[in-house]
Amino acid sequence: MGKRLASMMEWIDTRFPLTETWRYHLAEYYAPKNFNFWYYFGSLAMLVLVNQLLTGIFLTMNYKPDASMAFASVEYIMRDVDFGWLIRYMHSTGASMFFVVVYLHMFRGMMYGSYRKPRELLWLIGMGIFFVLMMLAFTGYILPWGQMSYWGAQVIISMIGAIPVVGQTLSNWILGDFMLSDAALNRFFAYHVVTLPVLLVTLVFIHIVALHEVGSNNPDGIEIKANKDPVTHIPVDGIPFHPYYSVKDIVGVVGFLIVFCGIIFFMPEMGGYFLEYNNFIPANTLQTPDHIAPVWYFTPYYSMLRAVTVNFLWIDAKLWGIVLMGGSVAIFALLPWLDRSPVKSIRYKGPYFKIALTLFVISVLVLGWLGTKSPTPLYTLLAQIFTVIYFAFFILMPWYSKIDKTKPEPKRVTG
Amino acid sequence: MKKITYFLFVLCLVPLAVFASGSEVKLDRAPIRMEDKLSLQRGAHTFVNYCLSCHSAEYMRYNRLRDLGLTENQISDNLIFTGQKAGELMTVAMKKKEAKQWFGVAPPDLSVIARSRGPDWLYTYLRKFYRDESTATGWNNLVFDKAAMPHVLYQLQGEQSLVTKTVDDGHGGKHEVSELKLDKPGMLSKTEYDAYVADLVNYLVYLGEPAATKRVHIGMIVMLFLFVMLALAYALKHEYWKDIH
Repeated sequence: MGKRLASMMEWIDTRFPLTETWRYHLAEYYAPKNFNFWYYFGSLAMLVLVNQLLTGIFLTMNYKPDASMAFASVEYIMRDVDFGWLIRYMHSTGASMFFVVVYLHMFRGMMYGSYRKPRELLWLIGMGIFFVLMMLAFTGYILPWGQMSYWGAQVIISMIGAIPVVGQTLSNWILGDFMLSDAALNRFFAYHVVTLPVLLVTLVFIHIVALHEVGSNNPDGIEIKANKDPVTHIPVDGIPFHPYYSVKDIVGVVGFLIVFCGIIFFMPEMGGYFLEYNNFIPANTLQTPDHIAPVWYFTPYYSMLRAVTVNFLWIDAKLWGIVLMGGSVAIFALLPWLDRSPVKSIRYKGPYFKIALTLFVISVLVLGWLGTKSPTPLYTLLAQIFTVIYFAFFILMPWYSKIDKTKPEPKRVTG
Repeated sequence: MKKITYFLFVLCLVPLAVFASGSEVKLDRAPIRMEDKLSLQRGAHTFVNYCLSCHSAEYMRYNRLRDLGLTENQISDNLIFTGQKAGELMTVAMKKKEAKQWFGVAPPDLSVIARSRGPDWLYTYLRKFYRDESTATGWNNLVFDKAAMPHVLYQLQGEQSLVTKTVDDGHGGKHEVSELKLDKPGMLSKTEYDAYVADLVNYLVYLGEPAATKRVHIGMIVMLFLFVMLALAYALKHEYWKDIH
């Protein structure tokens, strides 16, 4: 039997690099041995991606991308399709958990300087994934055709329309109509189930190829490849991904599933944050809801969009809001070149960086909270203050990261 | 051009909608007991008798009510007054267009009303109707000002009227407090009527998500499985990582 298998593998290997790929990406991919809790979120993002792809396929079997049938078809899935409620909740909860996992994954990168040389391109590909993910979330949220689907999309579409010169044409081109309608719903369905998933899967593949080329960073922010065994040429602080990290990631997966299933089975609406209450009202093009709030993962950007209230430099306040909102996402891509610190990891960075990162996290949380509220003068002022802090974290980074008092990095990874 | 004008018109309504929010009334907590099949059955009975003539529940099939411990025959005999089959959806004969003429707004579908409004709102709303001669129906509501719906259950609850009192809050400030006073008692006492509405709201919550009870039951088994898996996964990891220092 063993002989048979070996000869079969040989047959395949002369035609396809199966063993080589297995070795290169798993059995002989050497990852630093000191990964901590924060290093679970990469593999968890893959898990959620697979969850979204699988449940998404089953949802398309019963969903109808038609403005007069979409809402009813979702309720049909919830009631008449066997375990349709489970598939739908897995998908809707998966959407939010995708952002939870990706935000934590990005935060890990910011803490340990994973975007620094030689991982700049890896970081940029990751930013591409983040952008596609946001597009997926937006197009997916439109599909149930509830009040929040419709009016939330209306806000985003009006933003595209506000772009000078080309805005209106661009908006018509994307919608296939002059306003959000059945034609647009059909298009968003096509983007959501074909265009964007293909892009996302491709980018994730490239992300992993790039990762395995440069190797993983670690909580100490030092390169394990700088210290290789003279005989085997294996990094001294590296361990094979499989079996060590494959078995460790299973623990992460089960831990994640406990949270994930806890939400799916016991609080699928997550208090109105994962499934908004107003989205259980079918879209009504004549009745604007009292209060339009995006889903939680977009609220920080929504706050920044609303924060600009004055026209400035002959440019309309609304357009400034859009510029800020776009900038707040795009600016992450500059991180590899903004950080001038001699060390990568927060463990060896000085107080300036630690304070800056803390303020940044606070501002994201406050902006996120404000984005769920109706604006009042006080809230708008708060949003303005925290928008400034948010951007200051990035814009001042070349300065504070350079003059910060850093500690020397160790030669070998620590615990 | 027409479409653009229409779109601009809709956009103009946005600031109005922002002002329209507010006027919060404290909601009473609805006593929801999803496991209480008898309460759900009573609620279903009230629903088909009082609600289902104007409001549809068009995502729900009659025979799904087997969830409440009823047989298909019991459903057909006691809960279907429209000549429909048990496998059909809970629709109404009233046309949306006509309903709009009669009430000013078409009565909304109630399939997922408990998920958008919340049980507390429904429980309070259905108990806070009062007489108001200034409205078209002669009824108004403390929770939903100028609600288009008349008080369908008034024979049971009786007729209430609005009393506005000025109250000293003890800190030198004065507040206007609106209260409802029962003028003409109905067929049910206050406690009986509250329980009656509670059953109906209980049913509406079930109607919003018929699979909810099953969902929680399956969830418990899933969680149990996952905790066992966690222990096993951890033991496996521990075993493999023994030689890593």
